[in-house]
Amino acid sequence: MTLLSVKNLRVTFDTEAGLVQAVRGVSFHLGRERLGIVGESGSGKTMTGRSVLRLIRPPGKIEADEMVFDGIDLMRASEPQMRALRGPRIAMVMQDPKYSLNPVMRVGAQLMEGLRQRDRVSKAEAHAKAIQALEAVQIRDPERVMEAYPHELSGGMGQRVMIAMMLIPNPDLLIADEPTSALDVTVQAEVLSILDNLVKTRGMGLIFISHDLRLVARFCDRVLVMYKGRIVEELAAKDLMNAKHPYTQGLLNCLPRIGGNREALPSLDRDASWAL
Amino acid sequence: MALIEIENLSVTFIANHREVRAVQDVSLSVEARESFGLVGESGSGKSTILRAICGLAPVTGGQIRIEGKPIPTPRGKGFARKVQMVFQDPYASLHPRHTIDRTLSEPLAIHGLKGTDQRIMQALTDVGLPTSFRFRYPHQLSGGQRQRVAIARALMLEPEILLLDEPTSALDASVQAETLNLLSRLRAERGLTFLMVSHDLAVIDHMCDRILVMQHGRAVEELSRDALASASMTTDYARSLFAASADRMLDG
Repeated sequence: MTLLSVKNLRVTFDTEAGLVQAVRGVSFHLGRERLGIVGESGSGKTMTGRSVLRLIRPPGKIEADEMVFDGIDLMRASEPQMRALRGPRIAMVMQDPKYSLNPVMRVGAQLMEGLRQRDRVSKAEAHAKAIQALEAVQIRDPERVMEAYPHELSGGMGQRVMIAMMLIPNPDLLIADEPTSALDVTVQAEVLSILDNLVKTRGMGLIFISHDLRLVARFCDRVLVMYKGRIVEELAAKDLMNAKHPYTQGLLNCLPRIGGNREALPSLDRDASWAL
Repeated sequence: MALIEIENLSVTFIANHREVRAVQDVSLSVEARESFGLVGESGSGKSTILRAICGLAPVTGGQIRIEGKPIPTPRGKGFARKVQMVFQDPYASLHPRHTIDRTLSEPLAIHGLKGTDQRIMQALTDVGLPTSFRFRYPHQLSGGQRQRVAIARALMLEPEILLLDEPTSALDASVQAETLNLLSRLRAERGLTFLMVSHDLAVIDHMCDRILVMQHGRAVEELSRDALASASMTTDYARSLFAASADRMLDG
C-alpha cells in the first residue's frame, strides 16, 4: 500500500543571485517501509523531507505534479489541514537536539504541550503519556528527564527526547533528518535500534535522511541517492555494494576502511553529466 | 627519546564548585614522524589532551615534555613554532571578518618572519587552493576549502608537530577523503608528527600508526594498527567501539 507518493517535486529559491533550484524533479513512493535518502550537503535531501510537510518558508517555493499522502493532496491542502497533519499523521525528527528543543522549557513541559493543546487531555494523563514515551525510547530515569532542561541532557538523550516527542501522537509517517549524525557511534547504534523497533511494532513508514551511506545501507530497505537536487540512483539497500551509478560508487570508495591499505583515498571525480 | 611525552596527565575543571575530571592519569609518547591517534566517545577527554598541550586547558597533574624538555607556561613563541593545532569546525575556527590573507599573515607578523607575500602564495598552493582565494572571506569558501585554510594557517610557522582535533568530522565523505589525502601528503613531504583525535575508528586507522582508546577521561587500551585490523583488542570497551564503527556495518 502506498502511503506517500511524490511526482516531479521541485523546490526553488528566488534569491538575489537568481533562481536556485534545490530540488529538481524528485519522484518516489513510500509504503510502510524504511526509505533512506542519501547525499552530500547541498544535494537537496533535507529540502525533500521538509517539502512533504510543506515546511519551506518564502522565498522558497514548492511545486510538484503530485504529492499525495494517504489520499490527501498535500499540494492543495489548506494551511489548517496541513497543521492537522503535522504531528499526528506525519512527524519529523530534526538533526540537532541543541537547536530543535526549546532551551528555556523543561523537557516534560515540551513533551506535554502537544498533548494538552491538541488532544485536550488532563495534566495527569499528559504526564503519564509523556513518561510512557520516554520509556519507549529507553530512557531509564524518565521522571528526572522530565524535570531537566535541554542543556542538562547529553546529545544522545536529547535526540531520544525528540524521537519520543514525535512518537506521542503515533504518526503514520516519520521523517528523520540526520537523527544520529550528532551522536557517538555507540549511542548511534542504540538510537537506530530504537527507531527500528518502533517502525516494526507500530507499522510506520520512515524516511531516513542521512549523509552516511553505510549507515543507511544497514538500516533501510530502499535507498535513494541524491546529487544536486536529483535522484541519481534508486536501489535496494542490500544491493548498495553493487551500485551502478559512478557517484554512488565514488561515495562508497572514498571512505577509509579499518585494515584497508593506506594509499591515498580515491577522490570523487564529479562528472558534469550527473547533474543534468 | 620520544618527541612528545605525556606522563600521568590530569586535567580538572572546576564548574559551580564541582570538580570535573576530564582527563585522569593518561600517559602516552609519540616518536618523531609518527602519527598517533586518540579515539573515544564525546566526553572521553581526547580533545582535552590536545588542548592541554596547547595550554588551552588547565593541567592539574602530570607532565608534558617535548624533545625531553617540559613545556613552559605560558607556552610562548618557541612552542608555537614547534606545535600547531587544527580544530574541528572550520566554520568556527577562522575569524569571520578577516580575509584569508590576514588569517595566514598574522602568525608571520607575530613572529617577525619576512617574505609574507611569497609565503602566503606558497601556503595556498601547498594545500591545493587557488591563489585567487587570498582576499576572500571564510563565508565565501566551502567547508572543505575552509579546513584547507585552517591547515595552511597551522603550517605557516613550519611546525614539526600538528595536533589535529577531528579535522574531517564536519566534512562530507568525498571532501573528507581529499582532506585526509592532503594531510598524508604534507606529513610525508615535511616529515611532520601527528597527534590526531577522532571518533571515527576508520579515519584513525587510515591515518595513524598507533592508537589510544579513551573512555571517561582514562586511557583504556593502546593498540597498534595491526591489532586493530585483526580485531585483537583485549578490553571490552575497545571491542564495542570497534563493533559499532560504521565501517563494520557493510560486513554485518
